[in-house]
Amino acid sequence: MPGLEDLYREIILDHYRSPRNRGELPTPPAIMAEGHNPLCGDEITVYLQVDEGRVTDVKISGQGCSISQSSASMMTQAVIGKTVPEVRAIVRRFKGMMSIEDGDGDASADDTAVSLGDLEALQGVVKFPVRIKCATLAWNTLLQALDESA
Amino acid sequence: MSGHTLDRATIAADFPFLTRRIDGERVVYLDSANSSQKPRQVIDAMSSFAATSYAPINRSAYRMAAEATEAYEGARAKVARFINAPSADEVVFTKNATESLNLVAGSWGRANLRAGDVVVLTHMEHHANIVPWHQLAAERGIELRWIPLTPTGELDLTDLPRLLDGAKALSFTAMSNVLGTITPVAHLCRAAHDAGALAVVDACQYVPHNVTDVQAWDADLVAFSSHKMLGPTGIGVLWGRAELLDAMPPFLGGGNMISDVRLDGFTCAPVPAKFEAGTPPIIEAIGLGAAIDYLESFGMAEVRRHEAELTRYALDTLTERFGDDLTIHGPRNVEIRGGVLSFAFRDLHPHDVSQVLDERNVCVRAGHHCAKPLMRVLGVGATARASFYVYNDTADVDALADALDSATDIFGF
Ligand SMILES: Cc1ncc(COP(=O)(O)O)c(C=O)c1O
Repeated sequence: MPGLEDLYREIILDHYRSPRNRGELPTPPAIMAEGHNPLCGDEITVYLQVDEGRVTDVKISGQGCSISQSSASMMTQAVIGKTVPEVRAIVRRFKGMMSIEDGDGDASADDTAVSLGDLEALQGVVKFPVRIKCATLAWNTLLQALDESA
Repeated sequence: MSGHTLDRATIAADFPFLTRRIDGERVVYLDSANSSQKPRQVIDAMSSFAATSYAPINRSAYRMAAEATEAYEGARAKVARFINAPSADEVVFTKNATESLNLVAGSWGRANLRAGDVVVLTHMEHHANIVPWHQLAAERGIELRWIPLTPTGELDLTDLPRLLDGAKALSFTAMSNVLGTITPVAHLCRAAHDAGALAVVDACQYVPHNVTDVQAWDADLVAFSSHKMLGPTGIGVLWGRAELLDAMPPFLGGGNMISDVRLDGFTCAPVPAKFEAGTPPIIEAIGLGAAIDYLESFGMAEVRRHEAELTRYALDTLTERFGDDLTIHGPRNVEIRGGVLSFAFRDLHPHDVSQVLDERNVCVRAGHHCAKPLMRVLGVGATARASFYVYNDTADVDALADALDSATDIFGF
C-alpha cells in the first residue's frame, strides 16, 4: 500500500495551511464558475480574470479537503500571467498527470514541455484513486470558467 | 428466542469479514450506518438457496417453484413479525428504502396531493426522503415545510402544531443517519394524525438497531433497507396499513403486479403483489429472512443495549482523549441516540481524517451522508462518521482514538 507520505507532501500541507489567492473578484468583469464534488460535498468557486487573452488574476473560494484546497492554491500560482492557450496546456498536463484523458485533446508534445513546478507534488494522489476527484476539482472548474470566457 | 449471546467468541465465529487482513492487520469497520457486514448465516442461506433450491416464484406449478415461492413468502412473514406488522400482506418488497420512499411519493403522493397541499419533513432527512417530495413539488406545486432542530440535534417540536396545520403528510426519520438522534416516532405519528395527516416513517437506521413495533408507533407507512441490517443489498421494505396500500395506485407496471391485462387496460393484483412488478429479488429475500433470524437470535433489545453501551463508551473516550479538539454532533444522551457518531476533528477536513484513519484500517465515512440540507444547518460541508453494529466493541473505539492520534502527527498540530 502506498504510504500517506506520498499523499501529504510538505508542500501540499503548506498550501493547505496557507492557501494562495483566496477570495473573490468582482463579476463582471471576472468570470465565476462553481464546482462540486458530489462524493464528499466539497464546493469550490473559481473567479477568473482574462484580459486580452491573458489570465491576469484567479481567486478561489469554497471549502474542501487538503488535496482539493492545495491543488486549487497551486493552480492559481501556475496559471496567473499565462495566456489562455498556455493555461489550457497546463490543465491538460495536470489532468494527464492525474491520468485522466482529456476527451477532446491528445496531449501534444508541447504539453509535456510544460513545467508543473510545485504541482508535481500532487503526483502521489494517483495512488489514492478516490482522491483524484479532489485534486482535479479546481481544474475542472477553471476549465468551465475558461469556456465561458471564450 | 435468544439462544445466542452477543459475545466476542460468537461474533468472531459468525462474521467472516473479521478474518480479513490488510497489511497484515485486522479491519476496524465503523461504517455500518452506510451498509452493514454480513454473518455467515446470511451468506450460507443465500448460497445454499441459490445452489440447490432456486426457482422463480409465483409462476409455475412444479415443486421447485412452489418451494421457492414458499421460501420467499416465508421471508415476508419474518419481516412482518420483526416489525410487529398485523399481516404479512402489508409487507412490500422493494429494491431499497430509497425505492420505498419513492413509491410513497410517487403512488400515494400523486394520487392524493395537488397544488398547495402541504407535506412536512425535517431538517435531518436523508436525500431519499427529500428528493422524491421535491420532484412532486416541481410536478404538482405542493408545499414543503420543515421541522427544525434544537442546538443538541433533536427535532424542535415547539412549532409542530403550526407546521402540521392543514398538512396532508408528515414524513420523517426515526433515527438520523448523521446525528444518531432517535426521534419520538409515536408522538409524531399521533401529532400527524391529529392534524389529519399521513405519518410516513423512514426507519432505515432504526429497524436494524432497535425493537420496532409499527403498531405501537401507529405509523401509516414505514420504509427500510435490508443491507443495513446484516442482509444483502438489492432488497428493501415498505410496510403500510392494508387499507392504505389497497387504495394506493401501483407504482411500477409489468408482470406479477396484475390480475388481468387486456388490450384496453389492466386490473391490479392485490397487495403486496400490486407493488412488486417484475421478478423480485428472490435470493435477497432469503438473505433478509436469514438476517432477521440472526438478529432475533440475540433479540433486538440486546442489540440496542450493546450499541447504547458502546456509544456511551465512545462518547466518553473521545471526549476524554481529545477534549475540545473533537466536536461530536448530535445528542449526548444515549437514551435518544443510536450508534452513529458524526464528528469534526480539529480543523481537519473529514476527507483527510478518513484517509488517515484508513492507514490504520479504520473505516469511517467522510462526506455529506446524503443529508446536504442538514450539513448546511450544522454549518459544515461534511463530517466524518463512525457507526457501530453488533460486531463492534470497545477495542474498535480505542482503535479509532489511536488512529486519530496519528492524524495529529501527520498534520503536525
Ligand atoms: C435515514 C436513511 N434513509 C434512507 C436511506 C436510503 O437507503 P438506501 O440507500 O438503502 O435506499 C438511508 C441510507 O443511507 C438512510 O440512512
